[in-house]
Amino acid sequence: MSNVVLATPEVPFESRGLDKKQTWWERLRKGDEVVHLITLAGGWSILVITGLLVQHLWVYSRLSRHAFGWHFLVDSTWDPVNGIFGAWPFVYGTVVTSLLALAISIPIGLGSAIFLAELAPRKLSNALTFLIELLAAVPSVIYGLIGIFLLIPVLFNVVPYVQKYFGWIPIFNGTFYGVSYFSASIVLSIMVVPFIISISREVLISVPVSQREAMMALGATKWDVTWRAVVPYARQGIMGSIFLSLARALGETMAVTMVIGNVAQVSTSLMAPGYTIAAVIANEFTEATGDLYLHALIELGLVLFVVTMIFNALARLLMLTMKGHEVVG
Amino acid sequence: MSASYPPLSRKITNLVMLALTGLCTLLVLAVLLTILGYLLWKGASSLNIDFFTKIPAPVGQSGGGVENAIVGTLKLLALASAIGVPIGLLGGIYLSEFAGGWSAFTIRYTTDLLNGVPSVVMGIFVYTLVVLPMHHFSTLAGGIALGIMMIPIALRSTEDFLRAVPRSLREGGLALGASKSETIFTIVIPAAIYGIITGIMLDIARVAGETAPLLFTAFGNLYNSPGWMQPTASLPVVIYNYAISPYDVWHKQAWAAGFVLLSGLLVISVISRMVLARGKKLSHG
Repeated sequence: MSNVVLATPEVPFESRGLDKKQTWWERLRKGDEVVHLITLAGGWSILVITGLLVQHLWVYSRLSRHAFGWHFLVDSTWDPVNGIFGAWPFVYGTVVTSLLALAISIPIGLGSAIFLAELAPRKLSNALTFLIELLAAVPSVIYGLIGIFLLIPVLFNVVPYVQKYFGWIPIFNGTFYGVSYFSASIVLSIMVVPFIISISREVLISVPVSQREAMMALGATKWDVTWRAVVPYARQGIMGSIFLSLARALGETMAVTMVIGNVAQVSTSLMAPGYTIAAVIANEFTEATGDLYLHALIELGLVLFVVTMIFNALARLLMLTMKGHEVVG
Repeated sequence: MSASYPPLSRKITNLVMLALTGLCTLLVLAVLLTILGYLLWKGASSLNIDFFTKIPAPVGQSGGGVENAIVGTLKLLALASAIGVPIGLLGGIYLSEFAGGWSAFTIRYTTDLLNGVPSVVMGIFVYTLVVLPMHHFSTLAGGIALGIMMIPIALRSTEDFLRAVPRSLREGGLALGASKSETIFTIVIPAAIYGIITGIMLDIARVAGETAPLLFTAFGNLYNSPGWMQPTASLPVVIYNYAISPYDVWHKQAWAAGFVLLSGLLVISVISRMVLARGKKLSHG
């Protein structure tokens, strides 16, 4: 039994006992230990960098943390001139745009993933997935460019009709300036949809055929099989892809900065301009005068870091069940 | 045959829902083609020779180019690769060939988390690490920011491709009397080299478009930036600054820069996939 365990590729090379008889000195002389130590340094540098990152965010946000405490997150006055910093408008904007983006991209992404995994012939599916993954390779700043010069002019034509018929609903009223929570959410949803599609498709494909055949044999339609037997089986991986997308949407900077309007206010209307955490950092960081201002912006970075780390960690945990699939991106 | 099974209502649901999934896919593809097509149309029509050979013209004048930003981006990428690639390679070799147990788990998990750090936070980190002590923005700081961002993917893709090398190859090397390090460098790494190169090229393509970390590290520059210690322009930052400016001339330049940047990224991406395909062919042939 122990032989079987040792033969799996997950067991690291060294622990297979192939060179146990050599002493440490012999391995050093043959160069093995030198290589070991050098590569070890490469591996551990990741831990050093991450440690430094956390330490720097913590130390360089101390003035703001000490001055405002937890109120920093819920106060809505952002007044650099008088040194009063409350981040609520940015927190609110980040949460609203990210959730709205997910609300748009989850149904569309899941629908596409189902089509690509269950309906399309495998060759066509692979080709289309390759194309869709190209969307993920487009830099954020180019989405911003498209957002400013293509999406916003289109929205200027569409939004008046929406407001004419649905303007009585608070989330649609108010003057539309082009830049808004809504525009930012649409750009974000386009940016995260490739992640939802490519990961969900992978999970759906890996669902065992027997799972489908069992329900097929009971006389179910293709859709019944997909929706009641395949999707529930893959739900952990799908949730993982959603958390990963949420983490990306929360931390997305350039595209959002370019279309959200950068106004530090809290509005019920999605058509109003707003601000996000990442956007305020991008806009004000280089002009921050005074240590408290800088520390407040770095504290925003710390908040963003902690929140995205939580969702990333959740996503990785959920996807641990998916063997052999790597999430790059 | 009595009433057909499944009942008509479920057959209709089936057709409607399946059609909807197809429509979702079409919608995503349409968005993709619109973005690429619009960028191609706007970008190509704004391109000219000056764009590649001249530095920006003063505000209000037409003409000029972004030669300084193209050079700046190439310098930033060279520096980032010099930092990110060696660390990524070494770490990948360590994870695949040496590490086990908690050490491997910790490094792997931390690497994945580092990969998920928002790029704007990485910019803050390098600002406090490099720019604050030096008191000014520089190519060096920008290169370090991009270099750190390269490490996680370089490391994980190297590890994956090394792990995919069959165990029998390693045993063959050891059976011939080679030491472990000789086996790694003469057998394992050459067997995985096409994959490793592909991973690194895709990694470079990814950081080439990063804007947020450069805003507070490399900053920007209207002129050429000699050496490594001065602020430098880069294509992504130029696209951002020009796009939010009020001048039509600059908007055109932003489109041209976006077109050049994206074409570069897509070319790297396609070439690296071809390298990988060729590697697969060689190793099976």
